[in-house]
Amino acid sequence: MSKVRVLVGTRKGAFILTADGKREKWTVSGPHFAGWEIYHMKGSPASPNRIYASQTSGWFGQIIQRSDDGGKTWIQPGTPPGESTTGPGGAPKAESNKFVYDTSAETGKPLTTHQWYDGTQHPWEFKRVWHIEPSLTEPDVVYAGVEDAAIFRSKDGGKSWQELSGLRGHGTGPQWQPGAGGMCLHSILHDPSNPKRMVIAISAAGAFRTDDGGKTWKPINKGLHSQYIPNPTAEVGHCVHHIAMNGTRPNVLFMQKHWDVMRSDDAGDSWKEVSGNLPTDFGFVIDVHAHEPETIYVIPIKSDGEHYVHEGKLRVYRSRAGGNEWEPLTKGLPQKDCYVNVLRDAMAVDSLEKCGVYFGTTGGQVYCSANAGNSWKAIVHDLPAVLSVEVQTLR
Amino acid sequence: MTGSPTGKIRIILPPHLRGLAHVKGEISLDVAGPPTVRSVLDALEATYPMLQGTIRDHVTQQRRPFLRFFACEEDLSHESPDAPLPDAVVSGKEPLLILGAIAGG
Repeated sequence: MSKVRVLVGTRKGAFILTADGKREKWTVSGPHFAGWEIYHMKGSPASPNRIYASQTSGWFGQIIQRSDDGGKTWIQPGTPPGESTTGPGGAPKAESNKFVYDTSAETGKPLTTHQWYDGTQHPWEFKRVWHIEPSLTEPDVVYAGVEDAAIFRSKDGGKSWQELSGLRGHGTGPQWQPGAGGMCLHSILHDPSNPKRMVIAISAAGAFRTDDGGKTWKPINKGLHSQYIPNPTAEVGHCVHHIAMNGTRPNVLFMQKHWDVMRSDDAGDSWKEVSGNLPTDFGFVIDVHAHEPETIYVIPIKSDGEHYVHEGKLRVYRSRAGGNEWEPLTKGLPQKDCYVNVLRDAMAVDSLEKCGVYFGTTGGQVYCSANAGNSWKAIVHDLPAVLSVEVQTLR
Repeated sequence: MTGSPTGKIRIILPPHLRGLAHVKGEISLDVAGPPTVRSVLDALEATYPMLQGTIRDHVTQQRRPFLRFFACEEDLSHESPDAPLPDAVVSGKEPLLILGAIAGG
């Protein structure tokens, strides 16, 4: 029988929630890596028991963890080839969690500064991995979106990481600037029909696409309008919060921008607004139904100054028309005195016949709808603040 | 300067790093050459490779900003990493403390 495995990253550790296909009775495992921030965990589509996790700390830096047994045990994969994977007392080794920006002459344009909050140039400084995106086909290939914004790739299961420096080096890098949460690369989307194509997004720079496997990149922000930047229609500088895609239609992208929900039908070459009748079009998450590519989900947040749900009501909004026409989904969700936020990587969908939708809140709840959003139940109520939610459908 | 009776330097890690290294309590390590912050950290990272990059930056080898080094009630954080450690640390009477900045949350 099918089952689902929900990977939850929180401010104080990781949790793994599992259930059978009914998604009614849940088993909770964790906290893993207790006390550390887990920005993101994601399983390999090609080898689902392989899970990568970004374990991070403002004090102690970045750790990459990997499980090859569905999250039961973990290693830090940076052990040199041929050496034992455990040290004294059986402790796992990891000599490397190194993310070193490429400033080599081979890149042609060593790039060392970006725009700081005050408009001055500021050195690129690695802080953490925000998002991990395993390859669709190769378990040992995995991408990492980092702060300060860059994309790295590992071809050896996370042991070593190399920057795809064409992104930072393509020319607009000195104009990128951090959003309030930092200058993070948070969205990485593979095109299932074209292994050379990836779309990424950075706050606050915008969306970018490669069509040659990561060597060269171009901004894809035409149609975005951001009144909070000096030139509202600039080529870069937009605060994109998240991008989502249904893999059966990879040219159709949906974006939750700082303000505005956007849609592209040409792989990001142009965008149009589809906020429609949303009560507020500020927000962080956006996702697409697994089987209905015109059904999309957002969770409106009151404003950029008030990062909690509108009117004290936790409402998921669903559009079955690819945007513009939205309906509130409230059954099972608190409809008064609720002031949580839902962060950009904290929504996911499973691919069971009745599509499941999941999201986690800064209040520590993880909600599941086993019927595409019609009704909701909290799987857990009281975790630390949730940073990310991913789900694996296991058959 | 006389060495420790056991020939080892005592180190106390902050709790997060004890968890990462899978150790409880303090650590005692043999240190090659004159004991300094640098040589102690080199020995620590050689024995516990998972700590590489968590105390010193991977690339610059600079102390991470939210960490400090103390011994004998003195702050050694801003001393040269090659300065000799206090005799009491070398003798094993006192540990070298690696502390994280105090913060809520």
